[in-house]
Amino acid sequence: MGKVNIEIDGKQLTADVGSMIIEVADEADIYIPRFCYHKKLSVAANCRMCMVDVSSLPKAVPACATPVADGMVIQTQSDRAIDAQKSVMEFLLINHPLDCPVCDQGGECELQDLSVGYGEDVSRYVEGKRVVKDKNLGPLISTDMTRCIHCTRCVRFGQEVVGIRELGATGRGEHIEIGTYIESTMDSEVSANIIDLCPVGALTAKPSRYKARAWELRESPSIAPHDCLGSNVNIHHRRGEIIRVVPRENESINEVWLSDRDRFSYQALTEGKRLLKPKIKKNGTWQETDWQTALNFAVAEMKRIIGVSKGEEFGTIVGNNSTLEESFLIQKLIRGTGCNNIDFRTRRRDFSKDQYSGVRAGFNFPLQDLDTMDATLLIAGDIRHEQPLAALRVRKSTGFGRAMAINPFDGEYNFRLYQEIQPEPHLLAQEFACVLAAAAQKQPDKINAEIKDWIEGITFTEQHAIIVDELINGEQSCILMGVYVQEHPQAEVVNWIAEQVARLTDSKWGYMTQGCNAAGNKMAGAVPNQSEFGGRATPGKNAKQMLTEGLKGYLIHNCEPDVESLWADQALANLQNAECVIALTSYEDGRVSDYSTVMLPIAGSYETSGTYVNVEGRWQSFSAAVPAPGESRPAWKVLRVLGNLLDTSGFDYESSVQIRDELKEKQENSRDKKESRKTPPELHAASEEETKRDSLGLYMVDPMVRRANALQQTSKASTHPISISRVTT
Amino acid sequence: MTDLSYDKSLHLKELIPQSEIDEIDCWIKKYPNDRKRPPIMPALKVVQENNGNYLTTEMMQAVAEYLDVPHVAVYEVATFYSMFNLDKMGRHVLSVCTNLSCSLRGADKVVEHLQNRLNIKLGETTKDGLFSIKEVECMAACGGAPMLEVDKIYHENLTEEKIDQILSEMAAKDLPTQEDK
Ligand code: SF4
Ligand code: FES
Ligand code: FES
Repeated sequence: MGKVNIEIDGKQLTADVGSMIIEVADEADIYIPRFCYHKKLSVAANCRMCMVDVSSLPKAVPACATPVADGMVIQTQSDRAIDAQKSVMEFLLINHPLDCPVCDQGGECELQDLSVGYGEDVSRYVEGKRVVKDKNLGPLISTDMTRCIHCTRCVRFGQEVVGIRELGATGRGEHIEIGTYIESTMDSEVSANIIDLCPVGALTAKPSRYKARAWELRESPSIAPHDCLGSNVNIHHRRGEIIRVVPRENESINEVWLSDRDRFSYQALTEGKRLLKPKIKKNGTWQETDWQTALNFAVAEMKRIIGVSKGEEFGTIVGNNSTLEESFLIQKLIRGTGCNNIDFRTRRRDFSKDQYSGVRAGFNFPLQDLDTMDATLLIAGDIRHEQPLAALRVRKSTGFGRAMAINPFDGEYNFRLYQEIQPEPHLLAQEFACVLAAAAQKQPDKINAEIKDWIEGITFTEQHAIIVDELINGEQSCILMGVYVQEHPQAEVVNWIAEQVARLTDSKWGYMTQGCNAAGNKMAGAVPNQSEFGGRATPGKNAKQMLTEGLKGYLIHNCEPDVESLWADQALANLQNAECVIALTSYEDGRVSDYSTVMLPIAGSYETSGTYVNVEGRWQSFSAAVPAPGESRPAWKVLRVLGNLLDTSGFDYESSVQIRDELKEKQENSRDKKESRKTPPELHAASEEETKRDSLGLYMVDPMVRRANALQQTSKASTHPISISRVTT
Repeated sequence: MTDLSYDKSLHLKELIPQSEIDEIDCWIKKYPNDRKRPPIMPALKVVQENNGNYLTTEMMQAVAEYLDVPHVAVYEVATFYSMFNLDKMGRHVLSVCTNLSCSLRGADKVVEHLQNRLNIKLGETTKDGLFSIKEVECMAACGGAPMLEVDKIYHENLTEEKIDQILSEMAAKDLPTQEDK
C-alpha cells in the first residue's frame, strides 16, 4: 500500500493511501471529536462533529470521510475547525434534552463531554424541543429516544456487523426516529453492543439502569466464562458489588464486542439465590454450619465410600467453567484418595479415543484468521448461539469468501451459505465422509493407503465436489466443527475426517467446545484416563458411566448434571439415590438442594482468581474483581483444604498463581505428544436414538447463565433453536 | 429441517395481480443483481397505486420479502418519502409544499386556508372521504412558490382565490360519480 506524508497539528505523519484523516489522527493520539464515526463500522459522516481544517480546502471538512492526500496540512484546533465544531454542537443540542442529571449515561456520555468542550453555556434557541416516543427493545436494552442524535451507529452495527437489521431510521428531517417501526424486540445474541456504541443515553443497559454513576465504579479486567473464545471483559463494580460487565478490547478474540450472554450473566451473581454458608442435610432438612464441620463431614463421607468400594463407587463431575487451577486440584485430590472416576465431559458420547493421552487446543490456527477465510466449512455448528462472536468473524469473511455448512439441524446463520447439506443426524459422519472421498479424488498424490482403504466404496455428489473445490481453491480455508460434533457418538470419526480433509485441501481445522475451559480442563487432567498434561493415570469411569450407572457418592463441582448433561434424567435419578452428594456450588436454588447432602459455597466467576484456556490454547489468567459473598470461598482454596484433610500430599499452595505457574512449567516439560490418530476410526452406523440433539440452548449452558434474570426473559431464551435461516442485509 | 424451498416472494404475489409483479420484476432488472435495495421505491409505488393510494404494514413487509431486504429497510423508504401514504387517503390528495422557497412565499397561509376551508388539519381526510391535505417536501417547482399538487397536477403561485377555485373545480368534477352520497 502506498504511503503519503501529512501533517496534523504540526506533527509530521505518514499514512496509508486511502485512510481517512480521523484514522491517522487516532493512530497518532490526536483527538478529533466525533459521534457517528466508529472504527469498526462504515463511514456515515452524518453528525459533522469531526470537522477539521485542511489548509488546501476552502472550508472545514469531516475528518471521518476525508481521505488523506500527500502534503495535506490539517489543523484540528484552528479557528475555522473550532468554529465548525461549535456550530455543529449547537445544532445537535437544539433538540437534545437537558436531562443529564437523570440520564444513565451521565458521566460517560460523549455528547456531554463534547458539549463541555464545544458547547455554549446558554442556548440561543427558544423553540420547544422535540419528543420521541421510547421503543420497547426487550429486557436488555432500555431506550430514551428523545436523546438520540441520529448518528446511526446502532443501525450500522445491525446491518454490517451482525447481519440482522432490526433497527432503522424512519421518517425524515425533524421527524426522523431510530427504531424498529412496528414494535418488536431486538433478538440478536449480540444486541447489547449498541449500548456501548450509542454515544448518548438513548440506549442504555436495562439491568444496570440507575444502579450507579460511572464515576463511582471501579474497573477490574477479567475473562468471560460462557463460551470457548474467552472474551475479555471489564467488571465494573462498586463497594464489592458487580454493577455491569463491559467488553475489554482484544483484537484477537472479541475485538470490541461482547455477546449478550457474557455481558448480562453477572446478574446470577448479584441477584441469584447465593449459597452463603456451608450446609449439611440432616434428616432431610438443611442446617447451616461452619466450614470446619462441613468439610469434616464431606471428608468422612468420601473416605467411607471410597474406602469400602476401593474408589469404584465414587465419582467426580467437574463443571465446564471450572478454572484450570480448580480442575487440576480436584483431579489431584480425587486421584490421591485412590479414586479414578473424574470427568468434565458431561456432553460427550464418544470415548473411543480416551485411551490415547494427549492435550491440545481445539484450533490449529488463530481465531482472528476466521475473518479472512476464503472458504469456511461448518460442520454441525450453530455458531451464532454457541460462540456468537466467532459468528461475527465468519460473517466478516463472507464479504469476499464463502461459507458452507453440513448441518443436520436447522441452522440460523447471519451470513449467506454458498452450499448447505442437511444429513440425518445419525448420518453426519457418513455425509462428511463423502467430502473426504471427493477430496481424495481431487488430490490423488496426497492420499495414503490408509485413506484409500477407508474411503473404499464411498461415493460423492456434485455438491461434495464443489465444497472440496472451494476448500482447495481458497487461499485460506478452514473446517469448523460445532459443539454438537463432540456430542455425536461418532465424534472421533468426524474429527478424523476433518483433519484428513483439511490436510488434503490444505485447510485449517478448528473444534468448538462447550463451556469456556474445555481445553484447560483436559490439560488439568479432569478426565478419566490421564492426569495433568497427558500424564499417566489409572483409568476410571467417564462422565457417562458415572451419571448413568449410579454410584454411591458424588462430588460435583460448579455443575448441574441433572440439567446440563446429555443424560439429565438418569443423572437426576442417580444423584437422588446416591448416599452422599457433595456439591461445590455458588447457588442454593435448583435441584442441587434436593439431591445433595452437603453444599459448600464457592465463589462465582469474577469472584475468584484463576485461568481459562480458550479454544486456541491461549491461557488467560484473571484475579478476583469482587469478594465472594457471605462465607463462600474461592474453590481452589476449598479444594486445597479438602486435599489436606484427605491426607493427600502436595496441597500447600499459597495462591492460585502458584498453581498456575506449576502447571505452566509442567506444560513446558511435557513433550508435545502427538495424539495417536494413525489408525483411522471405523465408520459404523450410529443409532438415531443416540444422535438426538438435546441442545442446551443459548441461555442454558451453565449454572450461572441459567440464573441470569434478564437473559432468561429474552425471546432467545425460549425459542432456541430456530428453524429458517434468515439473512437479509 | 430447514425448508430451503420456502419462497419469500409468495406473500406479495398473493397481495397484488401478476401484471404488477411483472412491473416490479422489470424494475428489479434495471439494477445490478447484488443490489437489492434500489428497487424498493418503484416497488412501493406499484403496490401503493394498486391499493388505492396507500400502503399497509403487511404490504411493506411483503415488498421486503419479495426483494429480500430487511423489513425495516422498506419502512425507512416508505416513511422518508412523502409520496408514500401510510394511511387511507381521500379521493383527492392536496400535497402542499412547505419547504424553504414555498415557506418564504407563504406556504403557511396556504396550509391555513386549506385547513379552514376543508375543516380538517394537515395530514387528515375530510369525513366524506373526498379530500386529504398533506405536507410535502420541495417538488422542484420553487419558481412558482407557493405551490400544491392535486392528483398529479401542479398548481403554482397560489393565492386564497386560486385555492378556492381549485377546490370548487374538484368538487364539481366529483359530483356525478359520487356513489357514497
Ligand atoms: S440511538 Fe444512539 S447509536 Fe442509535 S442513532 Fe441514536 S444516538 Fe446513535
Ligand atoms: S464523525 Fe465525522 S461526521 Fe460524524
Ligand atoms: S420549496 Fe416548494 S417547490 Fe421547492
